[in-house]
Amino acid sequence: MTADPSPYRFTHRHLLGIEDLSPQDIVHLLDLADSYVALNRRAEKKQNTLHGRTQINMFFESSTRTRTSFELAGKRLGADVINMSPTTSAIKKGETLIDTAATLNAMHPDVLIVRHPDSGAVKLLANAVNAAVINAGDGSHEHPTQALLDALTIRRRLGTLSGLTVAICGDIAHSRVARSNILLFNTMGVRVRLVAPPTLLPTKADRYGVEVHHNMREGLKDVDIVMMLRLQTERMQGSFVPSEREYFQFYGLDYEKLAVAKPDALIMHPGPMNRGIEIDSEVADDINRSVILDQVEMGVAIRQACLEVLARNLDNPEHNQ
Amino acid sequence: MARIADLSIKKHKAGRVAYLNARLIDPASGLDEIGGLISDGDNIADLGAGITADGLAEDIEQIDATGLVLAPGLVDMRAHLREPGFEHQETIHSGSRSAAVGGITTIACMPSTNPPIDDVALVHFIERRARETSLVKVHPIAAITRARKGEQLTEIGLLQEAGAVAFSDGLNTIMNANVLRRALSYGTIFDAMFIHHPEDMNLSGSGSMNSGEISTRLGLPGMAPESEAIMAARDVRLAEMTGGRLHLAHVTTAETIDIVRRAKARGVRVTADTAPHYVALNENAVGDYLTFAKVRPPLRSEDDRQAVVAGLRDGAIDAIASDHAPHDQDSKRQPFVQAAFGIVGLETMLPLVLELVHNEHLTLARALETVTSAPADLLKLRAGRLAKDGPADLVLIDLEAPWRIDSKAFQSKSKNSPFDGRPVQGRAVRTVISGRTVFDLSSEG
Repeated sequence: MTADPSPYRFTHRHLLGIEDLSPQDIVHLLDLADSYVALNRRAEKKQNTLHGRTQINMFFESSTRTRTSFELAGKRLGADVINMSPTTSAIKKGETLIDTAATLNAMHPDVLIVRHPDSGAVKLLANAVNAAVINAGDGSHEHPTQALLDALTIRRRLGTLSGLTVAICGDIAHSRVARSNILLFNTMGVRVRLVAPPTLLPTKADRYGVEVHHNMREGLKDVDIVMMLRLQTERMQGSFVPSEREYFQFYGLDYEKLAVAKPDALIMHPGPMNRGIEIDSEVADDINRSVILDQVEMGVAIRQACLEVLARNLDNPEHNQ
Repeated sequence: MARIADLSIKKHKAGRVAYLNARLIDPASGLDEIGGLISDGDNIADLGAGITADGLAEDIEQIDATGLVLAPGLVDMRAHLREPGFEHQETIHSGSRSAAVGGITTIACMPSTNPPIDDVALVHFIERRARETSLVKVHPIAAITRARKGEQLTEIGLLQEAGAVAFSDGLNTIMNANVLRRALSYGTIFDAMFIHHPEDMNLSGSGSMNSGEISTRLGLPGMAPESEAIMAARDVRLAEMTGGRLHLAHVTTAETIDIVRRAKARGVRVTADTAPHYVALNENAVGDYLTFAKVRPPLRSEDDRQAVVAGLRDGAIDAIASDHAPHDQDSKRQPFVQAAFGIVGLETMLPLVLELVHNEHLTLARALETVTSAPADLLKLRAGRLAKDGPADLVLIDLEAPWRIDSKAFQSKSKNSPFDGRPVQGRAVRTVISGRTVFDLSSEG
């Protein structure tokens, strides 16, 4: 006789990266987020899942949409949410990240949402606090909630993840969004192609279980999803690519390049977009194909799901340090 | 006596001491036999299989070294002692205690100080501080260029006369080929040795670890291994062009080692060293942003690590240096990109070198040669040998003793070691300098 499979439980204390998540974890978060999408479309959106809890959004790097998304997610779940931008406070005065963590910890927050310009910094901070930590982007490393919201967007539009082919295009070398997405897609059975000039690809990208292309027309052929990445303006002045117009010519998404993808291929972008550089405005605004605003909506729901699963473990003594 | 001697030991001249029943190993002469060694004052009076307890004069102190190796004290040709300028990280005194525990009897210290050792007065300062505060012998390495900026040459002749044993700008590559060319060329007058850090700083950019699969996974900026080989190739050509003495510091890639090997074969005056961490670790040690594994040059791929071992075996790499680079906690408890480069190494060099022997990568004689006579010869020091009338700078080694590296127990002021907790085999049990025991593991204290 086989025993009943033990019921699923989200066991992580923090959400630091897709790398730590199993396929079950990902499906669980997507399912839970689906229910929040429905709730968020109602007039009465407020829940009390995080009632009495304190959530601090610590953004060591500027952000509007991600921070707002986390703030809404926390408030809709009933948490008290505070925003901090340490770039303007202690960090400028020479306080180390560990000092900041210790100071914050003494205020007994329950959840910390952290974005930091250095890879690995969120984990360093997570190791020094008692609160649950969600990585809202660390350097060029991971941005797990972005990958989850992208997966949710795709699953709701196309009904599945497994078996699809996605092309991730643009500045992959410096992109945490690309890394988290590659990990998630690999875990969920989505085929990944990376399309970028060699200067914007990380070393040994081919060892990531992905196909690498330097030509958009080859890379986009028959794909189900085209995911464009933002190219930072400071990387366009001759250091990584020669100019904006040359980049658009060869790597900007327009209808001509898109023609080789599947006819109903989805177009995604994590925002904010550089119109006319990595994406043509017409394509970005094509309501039949562009799901860029869906991504924003899914972002709030995914973050609610992440907050909920971490809140379940907040009082678990196994997780206290 | 306590485990580590205090400085008052330097006031008294050593008497006569006999080390008996030891396995005498002198890599320079090929000596490897059971026997004894007698020191008289600062020097070795006699050694060999014939020296036993029988017939020894009564006033000779006898130390039974049965089961132990008696070798020349280790010579560390590159360590950062941080004094003057960074005394919160290390001082000549604390570094010398750390060295004594590690079986090291001579240190050549790097000019990465503040002010840098680029002036005769600084050479004198180091020598005075060493006389006053160091348990081990310390020799300064002076800068090649003023303020280590890679522009104007230092007073190479005067610095060498004052006691500088070599010249180096530390981790600052001299990017201007003409500056290094002039240094190598001018240095031929004094047969000065230039220790250069081969790294094309433009190519490695702002990287913080080896570029490869792991840097990609961690999202860390990488340093291309080619940045080392490209600079090494340039440096070798400059040595060839000038006839100057070039020594490449911490070579870490297969390609670099091959460049050195081929240059030696055609008679270029080039030598090289590596450090224990490039033999004992590869880039995987960075793991999950372990800043103690952040070092320059970075830990490389496994293929490169194996090439370093092969280079030590066939002599393409002449010596092993600790590359001791002490950093305080605040410099390392940082996001990886912001953390300082460097690993403390004085107390872990010997056990890590012995790993190569236990793993049968090197013979014991060759392993010890890389840390005794080879670096001593490069620096032209009277050290690193068991020789009659030579200095009685000795180490007694228990080759087999299993132990675990414990960075909290380090004598160094800094504990930035990726080897904390590593099980190792073999260690110094007694360190002797100028005939005086400065460290004795068996003593209480």
